[in-house]
Amino acid sequence: MSKTTLTIALMDPPYESENLTTAFRILDVAARRGYDLNVFAYEGAAGLAFARQAPHPNPVHGKNLAEENHPTTKDQVAALLAETERHGGKLDWVNCGMCVDERGVSEFVPGTRRGSPADLHAFTEASDNILVIPTK
Amino acid sequence: MAHYLLIESRDPFESNDVLYYYDLARDLVAAGNGVTLFLVQNGVMPARPSARSATLSELARSGVEVLADDFSLEERGISKLAEGIVASPIDVVVDHLAAGHKTLWH
Amino acid sequence: MAKKTLNIVESAYRAVMEEQDDTILWLLAAMQAAGSEHTVVLRGNAVNYAVAGQGVPGLTIGEWKQTQTPKMDRDVIDLVQKWMIPVFVVEEDLRERGIAREELVPGVTLVARSSLPALFAEHAVVSHW
Repeated sequence: MSKTTLTIALMDPPYESENLTTAFRILDVAARRGYDLNVFAYEGAAGLAFARQAPHPNPVHGKNLAEENHPTTKDQVAALLAETERHGGKLDWVNCGMCVDERGVSEFVPGTRRGSPADLHAFTEASDNILVIPTK
Repeated sequence: MAHYLLIESRDPFESNDVLYYYDLARDLVAAGNGVTLFLVQNGVMPARPSARSATLSELARSGVEVLADDFSLEERGISKLAEGIVASPIDVVVDHLAAGHKTLWH
Repeated sequence: MAKKTLNIVESAYRAVMEEQDDTILWLLAAMQAAGSEHTVVLRGNAVNYAVAGQGVPGLTIGEWKQTQTPKMDRDVIDLVQKWMIPVFVVEEDLRERGIAREELVPGVTLVARSSLPALFAEHAVVSHW
């Protein structure tokens, strides 16, 4: 039996939409099942894997840097890469190159790569299923 | 029979367009398909019994499987669900994707 | 003396998991700390922020775990008690969503839509978020 391959296309920028929380939850379940996963990060989502994201303290919460333990999407991408590999799958995370250039977010976490619409085409052809999570 | 998973992230209180999606679910069932409507994020807001939840209960009676994401419900403190709506883990989305069911997000 | 500002907040749960709070309520609290004088009206889906007993344990992705998850009911209580920001909740929006007064955190005040003009008149600035 061939391995299940799923593709998810994302469009929302980090820290602005609940769509991404749901997307990471779906991807986490799929990674734990050992599926091969493709992610096409388009428009604002091209910033999800930007390596220079940094957590911060939160004076309104009264918490310092360690206490706030603020999440970053780059850490979530890295965790997803590790989880996929741990369960025998592979994650091909592609950041739309033009979107990256527009936003100046070309430094990615290791394991993700720059790509183009041709990658989404290839993902669609090679996947068992695809889910597009559009921005609103 | 084809099966469709319709994921609804919006709610009818803030978006009239949600009614289009509910109608789509009903029409797909009427056309002989299996349909699961998965409410997520603010899409679970009408899962709490209210005037707006009646449409979802009616959808369930018409043959649409209406599920509400358990994480989104808990995040919003919604524990009592309207008739016909069942709480579900997000795993069900992956189940449908892996089964090859056409899956749409609204 | 700071300009009295009325803030109508309707956007809800948009980025709370990623930011560990609501960015608008956070901004208003931070401005209050800097000397602003804010009042908040929760309307639309944001009325759900005042429902007691909400929040999830946290997001988990592989071995990565979120430890400081948002609790919006707690943040509303903090607005009132810690930041001294009066919080009103639009009662028609509660009713439309099937939320009873008894389900809300203490310290918030119900307001009818028809009473908003009077609130507007009491404030020098009105912002709709």
